[in-house]
Amino acid sequence: MPKWFVPVAVVCGLMFAAAPLLIANAPYESTMGLVQKIFYVHLPSALIFLISAIVCGVASVRFLFGGNPRHDRLAWAAAELVVLFGIITLVTGPLWARKAWGVWWQWDVRLTASLMGWMVGVAYLLLRKYGGPGSDKLAAGLALFGMANVPFIYISVNYWRTIHPTTNVLPTLPVSMGLPVWFTFATFFLLFLLLLRMRVRLEEQRARLDALYLSADA
Amino acid sequence: MSPRLRPGQVDFDDLTVDDISRHFGRRRAVSHITFRVPRGIVLGLLGPNGAGKSTLLAMLATLLRPSGGRIRYGAYDAADQGAALRGAIGVLGHDLFLYPELTALENLEFFAALYGVDAPRNAAALALEQAGLADRALDLVSSFSRGMRQRVALERALIHRPRLLLLDEPFTGLDDASAAALAARFALLKQAGTIVVVATHDLDLAEGMFDHAVFLREGRMLDMIDRPSALRSTYRDVMTRRTTDVGAGFSRLNQ
Amino acid sequence: MFARVVWLVLRKDLTVEVRSLEIAYTTLFFAVSCVLVFAFALVREGRAPEDGAAGILWIAIAFAGTLALGRAFERERQSETLRALLLAPAARPAIYVGKLLGIVSLLLACEVVLVPLVALLFQAPLFAQPVWLAIVLLAGTIGFAAVGTLFAAMLVRARTRDVLLPVLLYPITVPVIIAGVRATSTLLQPELDLAGIRFWLALLGCFDVVFVTLALWTFEPLMTD
Repeated sequence: MPKWFVPVAVVCGLMFAAAPLLIANAPYESTMGLVQKIFYVHLPSALIFLISAIVCGVASVRFLFGGNPRHDRLAWAAAELVVLFGIITLVTGPLWARKAWGVWWQWDVRLTASLMGWMVGVAYLLLRKYGGPGSDKLAAGLALFGMANVPFIYISVNYWRTIHPTTNVLPTLPVSMGLPVWFTFATFFLLFLLLLRMRVRLEEQRARLDALYLSADA
Repeated sequence: MSPRLRPGQVDFDDLTVDDISRHFGRRRAVSHITFRVPRGIVLGLLGPNGAGKSTLLAMLATLLRPSGGRIRYGAYDAADQGAALRGAIGVLGHDLFLYPELTALENLEFFAALYGVDAPRNAAALALEQAGLADRALDLVSSFSRGMRQRVALERALIHRPRLLLLDEPFTGLDDASAAALAARFALLKQAGTIVVVATHDLDLAEGMFDHAVFLREGRMLDMIDRPSALRSTYRDVMTRRTTDVGAGFSRLNQ
Repeated sequence: MFARVVWLVLRKDLTVEVRSLEIAYTTLFFAVSCVLVFAFALVREGRAPEDGAAGILWIAIAFAGTLALGRAFERERQSETLRALLLAPAARPAIYVGKLLGIVSLLLACEVVLVPLVALLFQAPLFAQPVWLAIVLLAGTIGFAAVGTLFAAMLVRARTRDVLLPVLLYPITVPVIIAGVRATSTLLQPELDLAGIRFWLALLGCFDVVFVTLALWTFEPLMTD
């Protein structure tokens, strides 16, 4: 593990411990009250979900056209985090929405695109697990196509919603909550870095083991 | 009978395999194989199942990229030339590569056109005559016996007059007459300057056929013998050698 | 040379298909069964809902398309003929385009039967704007098949190819389904909403261009070992 790992892990742990305090002391949102606090988990997760997806997509493209296995390992680790943080986002979101606005789900742009992105992440993992040899390249292709898909989903759902307007219960996110938002985002981001590093390292070890096996009977 | 080469087709005088390896995850399929053969010979790849013959053939066909080492076709490198080289390589695989729903003539015509042969229909008809199947030209390949399909598949592999011909277990399912015909065909191709590489474990039929024979076991090359005779006993001798004796075989390689 | 290879592959695929018609018949029957199942599932008070027509049509196309793709490449896998195609000195993207056009032809043939069937069962005036409908179906089918052909070719050597193809294909082709269904729904309205149709067609067109380009670009690296 690199030198920064343990210190960052300690810091991250402390931040997670401190987070509930900050969240509890944050100002109450006027209409939603206590329920709104789940937002402090939901928003960072959503942002990390997005960041993971971008990392996975870029690493996949570089692997597909460059062939360097380091990029493949990064893409795979990022895909797992897409699924993980996607689950957190897609669970906390409806929980909040249900309590705050009375609906579990809505087919608006952000939600639909997130759900589709998450499904591509799951498909990526299934392909890696069950696709047999050569599935590293195939998964990279899938990630590339998934990335290219996002603007189309956005545009199509957006247009669809504008011609069928329903009361849009999801407001634009009030980022004016200040410190608690940034703090929880930073906490989640550190967690993301730690998990990514650990997962990539696992694959590196596996590759090193394979190389050792191969050179053993050269 | 010198081959008519199409303008622009890549050609080469020898085939050099330089320290080729290929692994799948942890499994070594092919391990540090080196040899060089000139044109106009028949090379045998001999070894038990799992020795790496098919993998080596796939790499020679440019279908698989080696994990290590290089394959050179004359001055051309497989890694650089790819598509152009494929026009000079013919492959008869285990699975014959024929469309059962098409007639023999249609199959040959399709592949001839795909390889850029001039007048594909004529070339296909000619090839069928050569295989002795002109009367079955308009029958679907699905109605053919294994031996007949093999003959059509061989014509398919040769229709573009490749410099390198790769055959994976070509004697499977052939009766004596067909096997003899195949051996005679190899002799003709040899004369025409083709490099014929045959992977087989049918030692009786292959007797006297090879100018060189490479013996493989578990992905490693045990030996390369010129003009081997008494193939079965030679094979037994080579295969029972211990791995430490392998070094003796390598001295033959710098030719 | 590129166009010649495309034509050769397409002609070969069509010849093979016409000989046995196996994929055509089974896919068509499957699509019809799909439509019937949906009709029965959604029938209320003895009548099927009218606004289900667009959705059901496109679902049937998507399901039937996945089946056809799987079968078409299974056929290539059996005699390893896909390998034979890759062995030829032909440009690999040309092989992709040839196969794509074959699949599109097959699906369009299925749609010729599906559209009247859906119109009949759901009392939907699908033939009110035949030209527009044809264009929408063409654009959507090309988009779906573009991604599907690439993925099916990619998965030819995977063990679990049958179940992985829909898993990979459906999330990526969601925009095609959305645009196709919305466009078809718009065509079913009594008055023609030209701006709406134009928008969805533009979206489908863009999707087709982008994804065919991506497929051409990635076909070679994905098919080489």
